[in-house]
Amino acid sequence: MHLRLRVWRQASATATGKLVEYDAPNISPDMSFLEMLDVVNERLMEKGDDPIAFDHDCREGICGSCSLMINGAAHGPMKATATCQLHMRSFRDGETIDVEPWRAKAFPVIRDLVVDRSALDRIIQAGGFISAATGGAQDANAILVPKTAADAAMDAAACIGCGACVAACPNASASLFTASKISHLGHLPQGQPERRRRVLSMVNQMELEEFGGCTLYGECQEACPKEISIDTISRMNGDFIRAGLTDWR
Amino acid sequence: MSRALRFYRSAIGKKVVMAVTGLIGIAFVIAHMTGNLLAFAGPEAINSYSHFLKSTGELLLVLRAVLIVAVILHVIAAAQLTIQNRAARPMGYVDREPQVSTWASRTMRWGGLLLLVFIVLHILHFTTGDLKPAGVFSTADVYGNIIASFRIWWVVLFYLISMIALGFHLYHGAWSSVRSLGLRQPSPNPLQRRVALAVAAIVWAGFVAVPVAVFVGLVG
Ligand code: HEM
Ligand code: FES
Repeated sequence: MHLRLRVWRQASATATGKLVEYDAPNISPDMSFLEMLDVVNERLMEKGDDPIAFDHDCREGICGSCSLMINGAAHGPMKATATCQLHMRSFRDGETIDVEPWRAKAFPVIRDLVVDRSALDRIIQAGGFISAATGGAQDANAILVPKTAADAAMDAAACIGCGACVAACPNASASLFTASKISHLGHLPQGQPERRRRVLSMVNQMELEEFGGCTLYGECQEACPKEISIDTISRMNGDFIRAGLTDWR
Repeated sequence: MSRALRFYRSAIGKKVVMAVTGLIGIAFVIAHMTGNLLAFAGPEAINSYSHFLKSTGELLLVLRAVLIVAVILHVIAAAQLTIQNRAARPMGYVDREPQVSTWASRTMRWGGLLLLVFIVLHILHFTTGDLKPAGVFSTADVYGNIIASFRIWWVVLFYLISMIALGFHLYHGAWSSVRSLGLRQPSPNPLQRRVALAVAAIVWAGFVAVPVAVFVGLVG
């Protein structure tokens, strides 16, 4: 394949960036999007140019490191697919592909396509855990979990924290991320003791990080590589209303 | 800080206020639209309905107060959320393609603003009579006011455009408000909004029926 890329280049957090055009001939349709960028980077380095910086780690769709706004869609055109799992055959030969970093006040650009997503970590730190005495593992069936609850919790727990929901949301809201983290514990018996405190602290942290609010556009659900449902957001709101009414004085 | 203020400080709290006031608005527009259709039953029907409403005295005042407070809260929360949401993305994308969001959801702000203008002009037009596009107004003769006004093409046009805005606002709002309040059960297709479509279509059709019927001469 022969592609043309327009890639956001920005030397540092404080530098001004711009879209730079690159010619990318001889790209195999079987490459992943990140492998394609690797090839482009090798060619850049051979010429003595700076390679394009982008985030990646597992390259198998489970770590949440990869990102990229590709042709105006978070993680590109394939549904339920992270950028590392996106193949070049999803594009047309000769196509011009725009590649931009996630954009949000809470996600400042560090360099080129790499943004700082630690705001999501701080939301988890605010309450995305359960407090339990550790020790020897207890019997797996000591706490009964209804199948429906286990399934719902697993669906929410599929969130890999990539931030595509924020990137895709016109309000740059982290509601889908926060809601899935709240749901995956809130569906389980182990998550109940801290359920109300959890929603209040995590929502509070989400707002401190200056994410936007939810208008229910639905873009986040479409962008999510793990297909997390906006139903979780409705659930978060329900928890928040109940907790706000009972726990605040 | 009081519980209510703390609640309102969060974006979810503001959305809850928007949802509750929006649902009050939906209940009102459905009732109002139904009342308007009495115009088809002739002058006595709608004039005596209007008379009946005014005869309820204090109750009408309370209802009006609730509606005005609801609109004010709805608009203030809308403005605050809009500012917060814009600030959350100071630098936009060069290339951004909306994937699934509806046009209705993306026009809540401008459409809402048009509705605000409409609400003010509409009250000045049919409630207080300060605006007299046809030159005549009588508090006792609602039917006469309707007929005189909706013979004027630009009055009809303004009402038609505003009601399209209302239809779109409700198509998103009737669906999102229930979700904002956390009342929605898990759904296999969460973007589905059949009930909201019905609410929007019925309210839209009911409201445009009267001006259009008067304009084409079916009524009056
Ligand atoms: C007849 C009058 C109106 C009705 C029945 C109505 C109804 C609604 C409803 C039900 C919602 C959904 C709330 C939610 O998702 O929780 C909504 C949202 C909204 N309304 Fe209205 N509304 C009216 C007038 C207005 C006006 C006058 C404005 C602005 C000047 C406005 C601006 C908005 C905005 C911006 C939203 C979206 C808020 C967000 O999600 O960020 N509305 N409206
Ligand atoms: S690199 Fe790990 S999810 Fe894409």
